[in-house]
Amino acid sequence: MQTINETASGPEPESAQPVRPHRATKKASQKKPRNRVIKRTHPMWFLAPAFAILLVFFFLPTVFNFIYAFTDWSSFKAEINPVGTDNFANLASNGTLFRALRITIVYAVLVAVFQNLFGFLLAVLLERDTKINRIARVFFLIPVMMSALAVGYIFQALLKPEGSLNGLLSTLLRHDIDYAWLADPTWTIGTVAVIHAWKWMGLSMLIYLAGLKTIPSDVLEAGKIDGASRWLMFWKIRFPFLAPAITFNVATSLLGSMNGFDIVQATTEGGPARTTEILNIFIYRTFGQGLFAQATTMSLVLFLIVALMAFPVIGLLRKREQIL
Amino acid sequence: MKATSPGRPGLSDSKIWTRLQPVFTPLLTLVVIGVPLWLVVATAGKSRGEALQPDLSLPSKWQLWDNLKAVWTDGGIPAGFFGSLLVVIPSVIGVLIVGSMAAWILARRASKLTAALYALAISGIVLPPAVVTLVLLLRQLGLAGSAVGMIGVYMGIYLSTVIFFVTGFVRTIPASLEEAAQIDGAGPVKVFVRVVLPLLRPVLATATILVCLYVWNDVFYAFFVVGGRLETLPLNLFQVASAGLYLNNWHLIFAYVILMSLPLVVVFAIAQRKIISGITSGAVK
Repeated sequence: MQTINETASGPEPESAQPVRPHRATKKASQKKPRNRVIKRTHPMWFLAPAFAILLVFFFLPTVFNFIYAFTDWSSFKAEINPVGTDNFANLASNGTLFRALRITIVYAVLVAVFQNLFGFLLAVLLERDTKINRIARVFFLIPVMMSALAVGYIFQALLKPEGSLNGLLSTLLRHDIDYAWLADPTWTIGTVAVIHAWKWMGLSMLIYLAGLKTIPSDVLEAGKIDGASRWLMFWKIRFPFLAPAITFNVATSLLGSMNGFDIVQATTEGGPARTTEILNIFIYRTFGQGLFAQATTMSLVLFLIVALMAFPVIGLLRKREQIL
Repeated sequence: MKATSPGRPGLSDSKIWTRLQPVFTPLLTLVVIGVPLWLVVATAGKSRGEALQPDLSLPSKWQLWDNLKAVWTDGGIPAGFFGSLLVVIPSVIGVLIVGSMAAWILARRASKLTAALYALAISGIVLPPAVVTLVLLLRQLGLAGSAVGMIGVYMGIYLSTVIFFVTGFVRTIPASLEEAAQIDGAGPVKVFVRVVLPLLRPVLATATILVCLYVWNDVFYAFFVVGGRLETLPLNLFQVASAGLYLNNWHLIFAYVILMSLPLVVVFAIAQRKIISGITSGAVK
């Protein structure tokens, strides 16, 4: 693919193939006089409002995160004292830290897998522009528009032991099923991940559809002339072109679900036996109890783990784009 | 969405499949999307007694209107609606204006400094906001629990997304369009407002939808920042449901879900073609 040379040069994570070469040539022609002109036509103060807001509402709290995680800040004390790494030690020693971390990562990976699988299958299924497909696409986008909290309540009602899903399964399989989908300590995390994937699969579908439509027709024509079968055409010619869409979808679903909260809160509230207590649920609950420093510590852990995961994941996926 | 030309074979147009699809696609949509949505509508139409155990059966007597009226008054829909609008509209407008101003400069000035600033500006796409210390900071600024604080928080969170999308888009616009205005003596503000902003319309439409979606439906940050001092629709739904799950008021919960989701779904259904093409052209190029 033509991205091989261009992607190495820029720090930007988006993969705008048609843009890159144009930028590269521009850079070369940009000498000193051009710079002076650009200072006048594109002044730096245009950046000021955006960076002021980012500073106050994003960067500063993040810096604070690194400070207050090492204090005993809580609603029970008037003053805030440094306590070193006590918060981390406490959370690690009672197992909360590693449990919440493990659950969050399992949840994120499961959501990424399910959401991309569903979205990809839907995109392939609904690719042709027939009337039925167009209408179906809109239906699959309704969950994306709904609030995650509402989606959580819907599935709570559907998945009760005496709820509709068990009812439908009982009729289909002709014997009574009363499985408690949301109260199984082992599998509930998977059920909740499927609900999360159900809500967002429409967006993944859209992006895969867009990826399928961007494939240049001369490449497809060449494949057809060579007599490639439909199956071979798909996996050898069209699928590789989906790399940018896969990058975007996997990264957003993985990192988005690390920040998940609403669906888990509405379906299980972290239960049963805290087996679905992802980091944000823990932070919310601990904050509500007035243990601000502990909540901050977990928030810092979340920040670090997302940062640690984000760069390798994006790097890996971008490398994959280049190979294919 | 662009029409697939006949010369573009997909996996989905083999002969058997083109025959099966008109049956299979509606069936799949019905099961996967239709069943959950039907559960909402049917339960919202039932009486309290019938809705104790929510299922897919038809209500013996439809009383959807009564239930909607009940949550309208008891669930604080008008106050929540007003609160939601109060937060969503300034957040979205602010984030679009401020974000595209920054994105324009970041896209047009190619230097090490702007590259670093760009990386910093879009870091918020992946990195989670520090909710707990954010609350502390808002308290120090005297903005805790206020709409202004909430708007600032949403702007801080979603600026990254806007800057990411708009910067990518500006790079595809030829700079010569701006130069014509500059030669006529227009200053940067005039060029931005008269030339650049109108050109950004497609990507701004996409960003509007995405940010509206996130802010309208948000409950996590609202819990921390306003926690009871300002009503928004998701916060009120949470209250109705928290009380309702205990009392088994499923008919009211789902009536609320309908009233809360309807505005976005209707807006989307009307504008869907544009939105779909906007989202697809913005995310994958």
